[in-house]
Amino acid sequence: MGCTNCIKRCPTEAIRVRDGKAVIIKERCIDCGECILVCPYHAKTAVTDPLSAINNYRYKIALPAPSLYGQFKNIDDIDKVLSALIELGFDDVYEVARAAEYVSYLVRETLKKPGCKKPLISSACPAVVRLIQVRFPELIGNIVRIASPMEIGAQLARDRFCRDHGVSPDEVGVFFITPCAAKMTSIRNPIGNEKSYVNGAISMLEIYRHILERADKGEAKKLQRAGSSGVRWAITNGESRSLGVENYLAVDGIHNVISVLEEIENNKLADLDYFEGLNCVGGCVGGPLTFENSYVANSRIRRLVKGIESKALDEAEAEYVKSNTRWKLEKNIMEKTVLKLDTDIEAAIKKMKELEVINASLPGLDCGSCGSPSCRALAEDIVRGDASELDCIFKLREKVKKLAREMIELSEKQIHTRKEPD
Amino acid sequence: MLTDDRENIIELSYPVSPNDFSAAGDVSSKVKMLLKHLGIDAAIVRRAAIACYEAELNLVIHSYGGSITLIVSPKEIIIKAEDTGPGIPDIELAMTAGYSTAPEAARELGFGAGMGLPNIKRCADMFDIQSQVGQGTLLTIIIHHD
Repeated sequence: MGCTNCIKRCPTEAIRVRDGKAVIIKERCIDCGECILVCPYHAKTAVTDPLSAINNYRYKIALPAPSLYGQFKNIDDIDKVLSALIELGFDDVYEVARAAEYVSYLVRETLKKPGCKKPLISSACPAVVRLIQVRFPELIGNIVRIASPMEIGAQLARDRFCRDHGVSPDEVGVFFITPCAAKMTSIRNPIGNEKSYVNGAISMLEIYRHILERADKGEAKKLQRAGSSGVRWAITNGESRSLGVENYLAVDGIHNVISVLEEIENNKLADLDYFEGLNCVGGCVGGPLTFENSYVANSRIRRLVKGIESKALDEAEAEYVKSNTRWKLEKNIMEKTVLKLDTDIEAAIKKMKELEVINASLPGLDCGSCGSPSCRALAEDIVRGDASELDCIFKLREKVKKLAREMIELSEKQIHTRKEPD
Repeated sequence: MLTDDRENIIELSYPVSPNDFSAAGDVSSKVKMLLKHLGIDAAIVRRAAIACYEAELNLVIHSYGGSITLIVSPKEIIIKAEDTGPGIPDIELAMTAGYSTAPEAARELGFGAGMGLPNIKRCADMFDIQSQVGQGTLLTIIIHHD
């Protein structure tokens, strides 16, 4: 459509409009999904696997995210949702909420270790981790170095299935039922690990109808193993509450997360032990691929957990997870130096000076007509060689005016061989 | 506003208004972003950010108005905080951790813990403060980044 809604909303200024189309600068994109949510024309969609992708595997396991439980108006029993997944063609289900409880246990251990960097920053939301890589690299060292509940759940699910049924691991496809596209990216390009144990991600939006159709048919099997503290990971505060620390901060909405990370970067929150930052409003229930309104789903999760007992993890089970899964992040989380104007400091300073001069010459209206999110961003694009000053319609108008004036002057020029009539 | 033409050095100045808590932190955010764009090491950007933020807050809380100037050369970052204001009668005392003259209004907002100047000093490779009672204060810090 050539509108400017998404470029304005993008927290990392990763979108430009070119030839009437929004183009994403890949290296800057953190998969927050703001552009999907804000677009009135639904021009952007998230890439996930189609449900049919599960048929590429002989055996298929569903890994439902806890937020799935909050999507259904008339389903007050988690077992019904899980049984519907089996009905749908999955051979097994493994609740990510259960794996979340293991992660809580491991984070609690980390927090107790002497010398633990504070505040420890949750690694649960991949968009926030990528935001830190792009905008707050100095805080990378504060990120929890523990794999996500999805990754730990995938390993445990596959192991259990192979053991119980005597099949080989490569015959089993493990599919995450996802509330967001950021998780899809985490599967394709894992942060902190060489490869993902998950084979694909299926959007909650796609699977919603299928579950609804099957959920109330027949007797629900007893499949639910997660306790209330794991299910609560679906909503903001859920993870923090499971850690038993008092000095925590749980923040949702990517722009709010940015302001709090700024404060952490400025050392303003020095006494904080734990920071849970979630990209979506309300937490994962607010993901762009969920069906239900975030607030409604939040209230439903709160009601659901009331009916579940909080099962304390027994030590032996936690130790089993520790010795049988790769639960530590093996690779360093790397800084993404996409902001850098130049790798050479002298050249960068020169470019920054140009940028300031250009920025001062622009109208400061931040209208977005040039395709960049603000005048300053256009100045940056010009300095990087990705745009020109005449992309600014005000600059263009000035130039046209100047040319028009010159044309008039030229047209009035005397021709020496002729005497013009007065 | 660009005030310098010397090759290899960029100098930018940002005004800071007294008592304007709604804008407090804006200058340090800009400075931080600028240093990140220059590709300066993340740990150094953080030190500069903390120092700049504390200096900016000092101007908001204590001064009658002033400015923060950022100068970056290929080797160092200089941050100057200059104000007109009451000045600091006893600099040594002001440098003591926990000592603060912040008014009640600022304390209610969570400021005035008396850690501002000590924090700035901790982040700086060179720290200098000049003050004239009844006139104003000039704080200069240098952080090496090469």
